[in-house]
Amino acid sequence: MSLLSVRGLKVAYGGIQAVRGIDFEVAEGELVCLIGANGAGKSSTLKGVMGLAHPHGEVLFAGERLHKLPTHAIACLGLALVPEGRGIFGRLTVAENLDMGAYTRNDKVGVQADLSRAYELFPRLAERRGQLAGTLSGGEQQMLAIARALMGRPRLLLLDEPSMGLAPLMVMKIYETIAAIAREGVTILLVEQNANLALRVSQRAYVMESGAITLSGAASDLASDSQVRAAYLGD
Amino acid sequence: MQAVHKYLGARPRLTLVLLAALLVILPFVVGAGLGNSWVRVLDFVLLYVLLALGLNIVVGYAGLLDLGYIAFYALGAYLYAWLASPHFGLHLPFWAVLPLGAALAGMFGVLLGAPTLRLRGDYLAIVTLGFGEIIRIFMNNLNAPFNLTNGPQGMNLIDPVSIGGVSLGRSLRVFGFTLPSTYLYYYLFLAATLLVIVIAMRLQDSRIGRAWAALREDEVAAAAMGINTRNVKLLAFAMGATFGGLAGGLFAAFQGFISPESFNLWESILVLCMIVLGGMGNIPGVILGAVLLTVIPEALRYLGDLQRATLGHVVVDPADLRMLLFGVALVAMMLFRPAGLLPSRQRKREFSAQDGVAEQEQADLYDARA
Repeated sequence: MSLLSVRGLKVAYGGIQAVRGIDFEVAEGELVCLIGANGAGKSSTLKGVMGLAHPHGEVLFAGERLHKLPTHAIACLGLALVPEGRGIFGRLTVAENLDMGAYTRNDKVGVQADLSRAYELFPRLAERRGQLAGTLSGGEQQMLAIARALMGRPRLLLLDEPSMGLAPLMVMKIYETIAAIAREGVTILLVEQNANLALRVSQRAYVMESGAITLSGAASDLASDSQVRAAYLGD
Repeated sequence: MQAVHKYLGARPRLTLVLLAALLVILPFVVGAGLGNSWVRVLDFVLLYVLLALGLNIVVGYAGLLDLGYIAFYALGAYLYAWLASPHFGLHLPFWAVLPLGAALAGMFGVLLGAPTLRLRGDYLAIVTLGFGEIIRIFMNNLNAPFNLTNGPQGMNLIDPVSIGGVSLGRSLRVFGFTLPSTYLYYYLFLAATLLVIVIAMRLQDSRIGRAWAALREDEVAAAAMGINTRNVKLLAFAMGATFGGLAGGLFAAFQGFISPESFNLWESILVLCMIVLGGMGNIPGVILGAVLLTVIPEALRYLGDLQRATLGHVVVDPADLRMLLFGVALVAMMLFRPAGLLPSRQRKREFSAQDGVAEQEQADLYDARA
């Protein structure tokens, strides 16, 4: 059974229909990506799942309906969102940001263990733990946002454009980390414009276009699909 | 304990004892040195410290710009007058009325917070400003058809606080000393202020305090961390309003008279200025701001006397000068100490991190190469 199952999800802002009724699944332990051009409705899909927009349709997480639940309740069920633009708490320190990630948890020992793990995964954050998060570089902020989301020990990690606005080499580093997190067994739904990278780390992929899913399949198949190559991979 | 060290330095116990001794003898020093009218100023300083600490929860901790804060002060004051004055013939004791006033104000805090949950920044400021004015205008006009507030004339002969049969409204003779009413109220206000300082400190370091900080920084991310942003916001409004209501009740008992005039927009702005000047989000800073902005205008009154003594007549009305200097001081602050006189740890680092921008660019380069 899939961990996240979305049926007929629609998201609209005012009169503008950003997501026009899409279906997709994410199984436990999978890394699935949602690729597509700017404005295809990828971020809106994540917002719909997370209760940040007003979605229509059915979103099932581990058999539970998320529809109409407020965002914080959805987060408490084990979904963690790394929002577009990272959404770090700029005037709190790196350590305080990570601490906020564990807000809903009260197992002190487990939180401490996860904190050490986060610093292991991102040594740069350990170096800068006392620094204000707003003074970090873009790449470090992205690392912090991912590390913070992991502090909640999520069952599903939602990543919204982790490569956005980062230098190419930094993007590579972030993707290495994402792959490493996936290898540890964390289920990930990745939204990304950079189809090349996203397909390389994912097992399965969905292609979105103007609010609808147009293609889906194994990431390796899509990466060699001539249509995808022409539209998203610059061939 | 960490908080204690943060504020009191390496030898907290010694600092604390010295500070306590200073606060206890302060009215006598001030009374002897500057006259008893200054003890009254001291009382007002403490009331404003209470107000500023309350508003600091809303603005400094949770980052919600509230320009109608004085309405909660008014609600506390009016409730005190309703329940302890000849207006309705009720004379309940202060220990019953003060908590009721604080609770009423807290309730109105939620009432103001609920419809403004989706508003932020300037929009929130406008709505709260309107709320403050609505309360004042109500107080001004609710003398007909049923005389609730006695309109612009205000309410008079409000009972002074009375503890164990000793009224704080009259001088008290103890061991041959005569303690005027203003001295007695000083100690009451001091006790209330210390209580509120302790609560504010504990709140800041609590789970709620962290949730407020997250809310202030990024609402979407805060919700994604599992913080119930609606409840946390309402709690900030309610806590801030509660402190305001408490201060209002104390004010009514102290003055014995209240009218809508005491609760105009200017007062809201003044309290906000205290926070900004002192250092938003930092308790010692907020206290310093409240002290300065209460004491300086009083001190400027002497300029009138000075002019009369030297020039024979008053050339510049000190009241006008007050506003001018106030404006100059705020502009100077924004230029030279934008984070406030005693900035909070975060704001201090944020502003000193300006040169960190260069460092960050460096870091970005490093990212690119790494």
